[in-house]
Amino acid sequence: MNEPSQTPNVPRGPAYLKVLLTFARNSLIRDMTFRTNFIVQCVSATSWTLMNIGFYEIIFSHTGSIGASTGWGKYEFYVFLATTWLVNSLVQAFFMPNAQEFSELIRTGNLDFALLKPIDTQFLISFNKVEWSSLSNFGVGLLLLIYGVMQLTTRPVSPIEVNAITVVLYFFFVLCGVAILYSLMIALAATSIWLGRNQSLYNFWFYITNFSRYPMEIYNTGYGQPLYYTFTFIIPVLIVVNVPAQLMAQPLAATSESIVPLASFAVVATLGSLLASRLVFKRALLSYRSASS
Amino acid sequence: MANAVYNQMLTWWVILRLGIEERLVYRGDFALGTLMRFLPIITQIFLWWAIFESIGDGDQSVARIGEYSYSDMVAYYLLTMLTRAFSSMPGLASGIAGQVRNGEIKKFMIQPIDMIGFLLINRIAHKLAYYSVAIGPFALVFFLCSGFFPDRPDMTTIAAFIATLLMGFVLGFFLEASIGMISFWFLEVSSLLFVYMLFSFFLSGHMFPLDMLPAGWGTIVDFLPLKYLAYFPAAVFLGKVPEDELARGLLIELGWILFFIAFSRFAFWRGLKRYSGFGG
Repeated sequence: MNEPSQTPNVPRGPAYLKVLLTFARNSLIRDMTFRTNFIVQCVSATSWTLMNIGFYEIIFSHTGSIGASTGWGKYEFYVFLATTWLVNSLVQAFFMPNAQEFSELIRTGNLDFALLKPIDTQFLISFNKVEWSSLSNFGVGLLLLIYGVMQLTTRPVSPIEVNAITVVLYFFFVLCGVAILYSLMIALAATSIWLGRNQSLYNFWFYITNFSRYPMEIYNTGYGQPLYYTFTFIIPVLIVVNVPAQLMAQPLAATSESIVPLASFAVVATLGSLLASRLVFKRALLSYRSASS
Repeated sequence: MANAVYNQMLTWWVILRLGIEERLVYRGDFALGTLMRFLPIITQIFLWWAIFESIGDGDQSVARIGEYSYSDMVAYYLLTMLTRAFSSMPGLASGIAGQVRNGEIKKFMIQPIDMIGFLLINRIAHKLAYYSVAIGPFALVFFLCSGFFPDRPDMTTIAAFIATLLMGFVLGFFLEASIGMISFWFLEVSSLLFVYMLFSFFLSGHMFPLDMLPAGWGTIVDFLPLKYLAYFPAAVFLGKVPEDELARGLLIELGWILFFIAFSRFAFWRGLKRYSGFGG
């Protein structure tokens, strides 16, 4: 996040990694205290996901692909779907509870205590809690990814090739996607400093990210183009899932050359989003007026 | 005697009015929230466009899934938004469960008022308040999307559609109330509710038209009450239910309504017998 401040009196900055691990450990201890509840949460999270597979299973019993000549056939799309869950489960596990907590801290005035601590406030706010049960969907996503890729690499007609570089790049862009969504979320949460209360944060979040759940090609026709460009270049949610998924599933449209511009843009967009959210966060903190007596 | 009936009516009227006023306090947030709820429709429009395009091999106008054309499909999703506005009962079952758990239910045992009746009137009030605000966003979206809808259906269809909407409300209410009553036996029903919500989302037709299900599943869904909460009214409006099946469907729905009215009454009666409240 931010480089630790170096002043003569304080030779060492806070140990960010250690703090992060402590946060993660504490959350896990809390989860393990109510173990049955934890398991119920895991089951409900994954059952929702499995139902989604059911939905697409039905869709693909009626059609061969999503969009004519886009190459998003059944197994390509399963890789896409798996990528969606990998990204979303990471965001939900690490950032969703914290963003909601942040809005609440602002409303109640308890943000004072976070501001007083000798550590970067955005770091403290962003990583305070880890919702381990959300990672169960990461497992499901991983299984589906492996299944989809196996089907694609072993199919008799034009099997795709996946090597170590593809895998490394894939996970790199998954992390880029997580960073973009994180930036969007923390910027949205920070707006509650101005709005006082932001209860529809979760709704708004859901509606925006809803656009990222499908291959971007489907928006690239007629009326969809304003959406296509807005959600690629202004609020870059379309590249969150599309870039890693195209890289791995290699549908017709994406050859290793054709994806280079989009992938490079994804890196730029990630850095840009992180920077923008940092600015919004800093700017919002300046307007913070405590609510305490 | 006449006076007693009048007083009774007055009580229900006051409950209704209070419920409406309570709901209209946050009408701005309410209208905006309703409009935002249509946003996922945009992705649905593009998703189904892409799907029908690949079925029709580049020309979506000739493509069909079962009996549904592309416009039918989009119209279907818009109509389920409307049917859900009638049949969905947010917080009803969990509210009953909460009252049982924290003992608030005692007030219905002391006061001369029937709990299910009270909840029903309150729910009607909330729905009326909701429609009075939501009609704006709904009218706007349906107007913008009017191209997806078939030509005006005949009067029988419209009458049947309105009947299914109203019956959907009653069925939704008593079905969820029945689930809420289970909390007399199990104190924590939130995971049970989640399972119900999950199945309801999938099997009520909220996620996709139930005609898309493979044959075996279709039969199961036919035997469940869930399809009347979202699928049935939309299918009736789009003319996907043949006339002879329409009457049969309405009768079965009526049967389910009577069943759940009886069940929720019975469960409430039995539940109160085993309920024990402590403290004041």
